[in-house]
Amino acid sequence: MPKELSVFLENKPGRLGSVAGILAESEINVRTMTLQDRGEFGLMKLIVDKPEIADLALKDNGFASALKDILAILLVDKPGSFNKLAAACDKHNINIIDAYGFVIESNKQAVFCVEVSEPDRIKKLLQQEGFTLLEEELYEF
Amino acid sequence: MEVRFWNKEIETLDRPALEQLQLKRLRETVGYALQTHFYKNRLAKTGITSPEDIKTLADLKKIPYTTKDDMRESYPRGLLAVSSDEVVRIHTSSGTTGLPTVIYYTREDLDNWTENLARCIIATGAGRADVFQNMMSYGMFTGGLGLHYGAEKVGMTVIPIGGGNTKRQIQLMKDFGTTVLHITPSYLLHIHDKLAEVEVKLSDLALKRAFIGAEPHSENTRKKIEDLFHIDAYNSYGLSEMNGPGVAFECEYKNGMHTWEDGYIMEIIDPKTGAVLSEEMEGEIVFTNLIRRATPLLRYRTRDLGYIIKGACPCGRTHRRLSRITGRTDDMLIVNGVNVFPSQIEEVIMRIPQVGTNYQIHLEKDGALDKLIIKVEIYSKLFHGEMSELDNLKRKIKEDLRASIIINPQVELHEPGSLPVFEGKAKRVVDNRPKF
Repeated sequence: MPKELSVFLENKPGRLGSVAGILAESEINVRTMTLQDRGEFGLMKLIVDKPEIADLALKDNGFASALKDILAILLVDKPGSFNKLAAACDKHNINIIDAYGFVIESNKQAVFCVEVSEPDRIKKLLQQEGFTLLEEELYEF
Repeated sequence: MEVRFWNKEIETLDRPALEQLQLKRLRETVGYALQTHFYKNRLAKTGITSPEDIKTLADLKKIPYTTKDDMRESYPRGLLAVSSDEVVRIHTSSGTTGLPTVIYYTREDLDNWTENLARCIIATGAGRADVFQNMMSYGMFTGGLGLHYGAEKVGMTVIPIGGGNTKRQIQLMKDFGTTVLHITPSYLLHIHDKLAEVEVKLSDLALKRAFIGAEPHSENTRKKIEDLFHIDAYNSYGLSEMNGPGVAFECEYKNGMHTWEDGYIMEIIDPKTGAVLSEEMEGEIVFTNLIRRATPLLRYRTRDLGYIIKGACPCGRTHRRLSRITGRTDDMLIVNGVNVFPSQIEEVIMRIPQVGTNYQIHLEKDGALDKLIIKVEIYSKLFHGEMSELDNLKRKIKEDLRASIIINPQVELHEPGSLPVFEGKAKRVVDNRPKF
C-alpha cells in the first residue's frame, strides 16, 4: 500500500519553507500536498517519490513526521467518475478521514488519495467495485 | 465616621491585656500541639514537654517554624490533636507532589473562625441589613464557606452562589438588590466588562461594598474597582492553614488589614535566615494559630510577603495591621484567585507519553481575567501522523490539568525542539501579566 508522509507543523511563517528546503536537499519529488489546519498548528500531508527517505530526512531535522497507509484510487479524468467513487463509499458505509486528489494527465487520468481507518478492508471493497488502486507506482506514475 | 464593632471589648483591648490573652492561648495551643504526633516529637527536641514550659510570649521563639512540607509529611493524621468524633469539618488542599495538606476543625474551632469573620464584616461598615453575594468557590476552598458562616452570623441575607456563571451573578445582583460582594478583584473587573453585554446598568444595582481577596492586587486595582462600581472595596486576607479568610481584614479606613491578634500571633521573618524582623520591615509572614484545637499550627511559614504597619488606626482597634501581600517566597502562581504551583502542571503533562520533554507555562491578561496557556512540544517518536491523535492529545492535557489544578488552561501544541531551551534551571514560567 502506498504511503502518505504527514508532518506536524506550527502555524507560523517559515515552517512550510523549512520542510520544502529539507525535501529539496534530499532530492525528493513532491507529487502533491495538502494542509489540514487547526489554528495554532496543522498537518502537512504529502505524496512524494521516496517517502522513507523524506521521512528520515525530516526526522533528522527534528520534525515530528510519520508515514501512513493511504488508498490511491485511479480515476478517469472526466465528469461522473468521482460520483461513481462517492456512490461506492456510500454503499459500503466508508468513512473518509481526509481526501485529496491530483490529475496525472489532463482529461485522461487522476488519482484520488483517501485516508480511512481500515485501509486493507476498504481497499478490497473498492477493488470488488471495479476500481484500480495504485501501489508504489503512485510515486512515479 | 461612626465606628461599629462586633466585639468591641476584644477588638479594642489594650496591648498588655491583648498580649496576656495571647500568652494564655499560646499555652493552651502548645498543650493541644503536644497531643499531635508531629509536635510531640518536634517540641521534645526543644525541651518543651508541657504548656508550663511557655513562661512568656518570648518563649515562642524557642519553637521551630512549621512549613507546608511538615504538613504534607504529617498527612493525614499527624497534626490531628483531638479524637475524630470531635471533628466536624475537614478542609484539604490539593497536593503538588501527590500529598495534600489537611486542616481539621472542632465545633468550637468553626465558631472561633466565624467570630473573626463577623468582626471583619462589621469593621467594613456592612451589617445585617445587607444582601451578601458570596462569589468565592465553596467546597474544599475555605474562601467560600468561611465568609458564608460569618455573614450568616452577622445576619446578612446570604446568596451562596459561588464562583462563575457571570450572567446569573449579575441577574441575582439585580433581582435581590445585592449590596455586598465577596469576590476576587479580577473577577469583579470582568463583571464590569460584562454589564453592558447583559444590558444591566450600574443604576440597576444596589452595590455598596466588595470584599476582595484570594489574589494579590495593587492599590490601583482597588481604586479602579471603586471608581468603576462606585463602591468601597476592602482587602481581605487569609489562608486555610490559619482557618481561611478572616485572618486580617480592612476596616472602614482602608489603611491596612487588622490581624485578629487574639487569634493569631503574627511575626515577620527574613525568609533566608529565619530571623524575626521588626515592624515596617518586609519579610515572610509567620502565624501561630491560637484559636484552633483540632489542628494546632505553631509559627507556620505562609510564604506570603508583607510587613506590619506601624502606629494606631483611627478606628480604635488595637490589633495591628498587615500590609497588602507584596509577593511570595516560592514559585506559587495565583491564577484568577486559585493557587497553582508549576510543579503541579509539570506532574500532569509529564505523565502523558505523547508530550516531549520541554514545556512552558504562560500567563496573560485576557481583559480583567488571567489566562493560563500551557505550551507543550509533541514527542516525535510517538507521532503517527493523525490529526485525531493531536486533537485527543490536546483534549487530554486540558482535561487532566483541569482535574488537577481546577483551572481551564489553554493548551498549545508545538514542534519538537521549538520551545526555548535553557542551560541549567529552565525558565518555564512566563508571566506577562502587569506587575504592581
